[in-house]
Amino acid sequence: MEKKDIIQSFKDSLFTGLIALALFGPIVGLRTASKGEGLFITPQWGVVFLLVGLCILGRFLINLNSARKTEITFFSKFTSKFSAVTEDKAKHFAITAILFAVVFPFLPFTDRYFMDVAIMILTYIMLGWGLNIVVGLAGLLDLGYVAFYAVGAYSYALIATTFGWSFWICLPLAGLFAAFFGILLGFPVLRLRGDYLAIVTLGFGEIIRIILINWYEVTNGPDGITGIPRPSFFGLPFKRSPDEGEISFHLFFNLEYSTMHRIIFLYYLILVLALITNYFTLKIRKLPVGRAWEALREDEIACKSLGVNPTNTKLTAFAIGAMFGGFAGSFFATRQAFISPESFTFIESAIIVAIVVLGGMGSQTGVVLASIFLIGITEMFRDLEQYRMIAFGGAMVLIMVFKPKGILANRKPTILMHGDKK
Amino acid sequence: MLKITNVETFYGKIQALRGVDLDVNDGEIVSLIGSNGAGKSTLLMTISGVNKAKRGNIVFNGKNIENQAPHKIVDMGICQVPEGRRIFSRLTVEENLRLGAHANEKGKYFENDIKEVYDLFPVLSDRKTQRGGTLSGGEQQMLAIGRALMSKPKVLLLDEPSLGIAPKLVNQIFVSIKNINKEKNVTIFLVEQNAKKALELADRAYVLVNGKVTIKGLGQELLKNKDIQVAYLEGGSKN
Ligand SMILES: Nc1ncnc2c1ncn2[C@@H]1O[C@H](COP(=O)(O)OP(=O)(O)O)[C@@H](O)[C@H]1O
Ligand SMILES: [Mg+2]
Repeated sequence: MEKKDIIQSFKDSLFTGLIALALFGPIVGLRTASKGEGLFITPQWGVVFLLVGLCILGRFLINLNSARKTEITFFSKFTSKFSAVTEDKAKHFAITAILFAVVFPFLPFTDRYFMDVAIMILTYIMLGWGLNIVVGLAGLLDLGYVAFYAVGAYSYALIATTFGWSFWICLPLAGLFAAFFGILLGFPVLRLRGDYLAIVTLGFGEIIRIILINWYEVTNGPDGITGIPRPSFFGLPFKRSPDEGEISFHLFFNLEYSTMHRIIFLYYLILVLALITNYFTLKIRKLPVGRAWEALREDEIACKSLGVNPTNTKLTAFAIGAMFGGFAGSFFATRQAFISPESFTFIESAIIVAIVVLGGMGSQTGVVLASIFLIGITEMFRDLEQYRMIAFGGAMVLIMVFKPKGILANRKPTILMHGDKK
Repeated sequence: MLKITNVETFYGKIQALRGVDLDVNDGEIVSLIGSNGAGKSTLLMTISGVNKAKRGNIVFNGKNIENQAPHKIVDMGICQVPEGRRIFSRLTVEENLRLGAHANEKGKYFENDIKEVYDLFPVLSDRKTQRGGTLSGGEQQMLAIGRALMSKPKVLLLDEPSLGIAPKLVNQIFVSIKNINKEKNVTIFLVEQNAKKALELADRAYVLVNGKVTIKGLGQELLKNKDIQVAYLEGGSKN
């Protein structure tokens, strides 16, 4: 590496520092504190100094790294190994991962906290896979995916609390509702692409949330819906003391009562739902409509001249993506037993999009890795409370620096030569 | 079979076609030559329904198609190989072909159709599982033609198949076009800047200048036409 490069990198990092200063100066540096009769500004230049210094240093290291044109950091080694594995032996990796997921609840170190995190990660994996249909396969950047998650959750909650039907009846209904909303959103945005589409879908997400807040008679407004029925094990509730005439899970199987039973059941439930999403996506990619999604993402004009109907193709992508979002929403509702509009803010959409993009647009395994990485890191810093979003941002930056096309950028062909195994 | 009368197409306020009259009969190879910007691609896109004609009629087998959606037009039997090939570069060769069969994928004849394409362009068969983007220009052109054939068109519209392709491969592609016409009974409407090749191949031909047809006649006649020789065949023109 030449001296010139180093000077160049250094200049560049100083410039980064300047930007950081402009941002952190007012945001962090000037802190308002209320004392007695009004607000006072207390400067905290020390913290600003620290943050700006970190930015300069980070930028400088990144520059050094990319100037050498090699990625010999621990992180990139780690992920490129992953890429190699999934390229060649995708199946083995998938089977191992699923086996691990299946035995996970019974591993010795698995406690309640791990289970909760795992359920959360699986929910995001499912949402990521659902959105992957829209963003990864069909190439329609949807920033309002949380709307379908919300529609699914609310439909589930309303149907379940009103009619008292079981989970397995409410789930498909909620999915259908969400799919319907997917089509509803699909129509106005058919002609939009790229940034315009992103903005409109973002707006749609907010509209749904605002409706949920204001349509008091139905959604109970900001207070949300409580008392959503908990799932039962094929009719056997997870209760310590079941109601008259009911037999609960632990009695039926002659077990000591434990709240873990329900948690484990929820874990397997979301695992199965997520795997269904994945299986469905893998299958549909090989069908004409799935192939048309991928083709449409690449070249709409070519598609038209070949007889692909872009309207139907896009609408099915929106509808099916939304349906899986709705399923995930149902799960969320039954798990929490309480939902309110607060759970469906834009940040959720952003996280899901981040998972898809960072996973490598269209890669199913990438979604898994990105979910584990992003949600896992954010969880690890839970004690830091509001600062954990910094960890989230940091994780995104790390991926973009070392894997700019996503963790697994390569699309696997749906057609492989028979017996073409090297 | 395909009759175009007085078609005018606009891009916003810019008029690209200024009343084009042209027809293609069943079983023919018809060529349309013209320099860059004459409106050739616009005409094909208008026939395919991707661009809409503001005025004029396009009649295919007795039916007006100027207001039809593009996919309906493909269903009716007109398929286009667009300029610049527009291969789906991340999809494999076979996936590209399957996409071409999209309009036609009731599945029944698929195996047979794809075999015919592989027979026509054996190199595609060797590259089945390779991504479209990794093919050479000539191979991509073959793939684009094969992909369009998968929709079982009655008329194949070809937009500058020789564009950016090595001369040796251009010959091979033109031979294939002839075969498609003679053996598969597909009517060909070929648009080219490579006037010599296009006229040699054509039964009949048209010259498009500035969005209007200026000369028409038999391919062989136009080859001998003085004006055409000066404007399109001699000197700087390719091949
Ligand atoms: N998308 C477009 N927007 C505006 N003008 C266009 C567009 N496409 C083509 N044109 C104009 O229309 C005319 C005909 O273009 P085209 O059909 O591509 O010609 P050719 O295929 O004969 O080279 C040209 O003047 C070109 O600049
Ligand atoms: Mg052109």
